[in-house]
Amino acid sequence: MNYREAITTIMELLNGQLVVCANGLISRETFTIRDRTENFYMIGSMGLASSIGLGVALSKPSRKVIVLDGDGNLLMNLGSLPMTGSLQPKNLLHIVLDNEVYASTGNQPTISNIIELEDTAKSAKYAYVKKVTTEKDLKRETVHILENDGPSFLLVKISDKEEQREIGRVTHSPEEIKERFMSAM
Amino acid sequence: MLKSEDFAQELINTGYDFFTGVPCTIIGNLITTLTERPDVTYIPAVREDAAIGVAGGAYMAGKIPVVLMQNSGLGQCLNALTSLNLIYKLPCLFIVTWRGFEGKDAPEHLVMGKICEKLLDTISIPHHTFNPDNIKVLINMSFKLITENNEPLALFLKEGIID
Repeated sequence: MNYREAITTIMELLNGQLVVCANGLISRETFTIRDRTENFYMIGSMGLASSIGLGVALSKPSRKVIVLDGDGNLLMNLGSLPMTGSLQPKNLLHIVLDNEVYASTGNQPTISNIIELEDTAKSAKYAYVKKVTTEKDLKRETVHILENDGPSFLLVKISDKEEQREIGRVTHSPEEIKERFMSAM
Repeated sequence: MLKSEDFAQELINTGYDFFTGVPCTIIGNLITTLTERPDVTYIPAVREDAAIGVAGGAYMAGKIPVVLMQNSGLGQCLNALTSLNLIYKLPCLFIVTWRGFEGKDAPEHLVMGKICEKLLDTISIPHHTFNPDNIKVLINMSFKLITENNEPLALFLKEGIID
């Protein structure tokens, strides 16, 4: 399973949920696959998607908030895990696409081949933690966390081998991204 | 010296309704007050940039946020300020304690104490400094500026202004 397959699988299961996308390929792929007003594309501030999602989740408890994160992003702001775990927002679903590399900058290794990120989420007291490696399991677990209380953490192991192709950049301006996202509240 | 309870009340009366940050001795009582109040949220953050992320999310979900930090935290969160707040035009009030003011503090505070205003000037984030007589004025003005201009604003707080 690669980025595109994982993001496609997740996005096909969503209706009105709010999604905060980490910067780099995750935002760009999500934009390309299924642009929607409920998507917030974080184009800078690497690491902070999980914090932004936490702020939204705490302030809008009636809405499910999905953080579409990456291993590099999560490792940069690992402190967001215990912040979320300590606050226990039931509506926060944290999905981490883990290819063990910084894919956006040319596949330099992260350290998630050694450090098992799902264990850090368990230590941080997420209510539900799962690791998946296949599209079938990703689909089943995404449905499960959408239907149940969190905070949930889904580690999605994906391949670092991407087909060579052009991928678009998010064409909305940052202000447009913000305004659309706020209108979706 | 203004009581921290009254300072908190002023922020809340003005319309701020979401608080997060990292402590400093100067705002220790203020954070305790905000934590204990049932009518507002104070989220303890692990780092200043995480606080900015949480505040940004809260703003987009309808809150008007305040991030509390020591000026050392400005260094920690510089990228969040430039590549989140400034480009998305996310309003946020930063209450930044001014350690190292006029070179009178522990060594670790002296460099940032000297440059913290210039640092914000460099990235074009407006800032003002509290004195005993302008507290209400600055808090009220800050709310109007950040919500009308969709921009962050910092208010420096030196030792001895609130208890």
